[in-house]
Amino acid sequence: MAYIQVEEGVPGIRSLVLFRPETGKPLYELAQVLLRGPSTLTEAERELIAAYVSHRNNCIFCAGSHAAAARCLYGDEKNTVDEVLNDMQRSGINDKLKSLLHIAGKVQILGREVKPEDIAAARDQGATDREIHDTVLIAAAFSMFNRYVDGLASFTPTDPAVYEAMGERMKNGYVLPQPTKK
Amino acid sequence: MAYIDLPKDLPGIRGPMAFRPETAKPLNELAEILLHSEDNSLSRAEREMIGAYVSSLNDCFFCQHVHGAMAQHYFQCDTQFIDAIKQDYQSAAISDKLKSLLSIAGSVQKGGKYVTGQQIDNARRHGATDREIHDTVLIAAAFCMFNRYVDGLHTWAPQDRQVYIERAAMRAAEGYANSNPHK
Repeated sequence: MAYIQVEEGVPGIRSLVLFRPETGKPLYELAQVLLRGPSTLTEAERELIAAYVSHRNNCIFCAGSHAAAARCLYGDEKNTVDEVLNDMQRSGINDKLKSLLHIAGKVQILGREVKPEDIAAARDQGATDREIHDTVLIAAAFSMFNRYVDGLASFTPTDPAVYEAMGERMKNGYVLPQPTKK
Repeated sequence: MAYIDLPKDLPGIRGPMAFRPETAKPLNELAEILLHSEDNSLSRAEREMIGAYVSSLNDCFFCQHVHGAMAQHYFQCDTQFIDAIKQDYQSAAISDKLKSLLSIAGSVQKGGKYVTGQQIDNARRHGATDREIHDTVLIAAAFCMFNRYVDGLHTWAPQDRQVYIERAAMRAAEGYANSNPHK
């Protein structure tokens, strides 16, 4: 049971933004710009950063839903997602994405954990300023979303099929949920 | 020096906001609703204080002094009062309700799962509503983002705290929604 009175049966952040749509609006806009807006990082890569940070924050709802979205976007290479969540450094992703996920992992701990050598390593692999910026902000944003979802003890489904359906929906982008008519 | 090529004259979050206006827009809107909107039963002073407290726990120099100065402006207090809250809010001369909310914010800073039912019950005993508990959690969570954004890109921050205090009245008057990073 969530700590505040939200609509029953509605999971995770959806229940919270229905409770407070005024803050929900910029939160969904931020997710849309970062994860679906124009970028030289693919949508799959950006969802993977989100899932990786959420996994490290042990946020089951966000990790489950964004991993599902990443699997949808990776398509035939969907195993990549679980490889990364199990052991990022030994996974089959390219070195550039590894260097960005490494930065995201530092941000998850705390901003000042990111060191000049972490940035230099990403640049050596061809990462641009904009890609480094977006990686840091995606990781920072999920350090917020994870705390929001778990700090209010929002409903976290346990059935993997529920997350699979969420991933399919999230593939199409982030639109603020509207209250169901009673 | 910031890790990416940001306008050199802009401190803290203003550099990355000028660099990427597409993300600055929802970030500023979020700050506006959480910290500045009048549609809230928590005072602006209380909400800014939650932001400053979480930023001090995250050791983010820029954010804790921007929002500490904002709280100081609204409380009409001195710097010592703000510092006393950051160092030991339980002994500070603030309401029990605000203490109970700062306790929740401190747990959110560590991680969402650190918030306990007891902390929520305690806040309710001191009169906190669902909406106030929601906003406290989201303010604390949002500053865990802002702090990481500012420090993760290694932005620079003025070291003289007077600089932050002098800007507070302007920011209080203008709010965050349309804030121009270049001003």
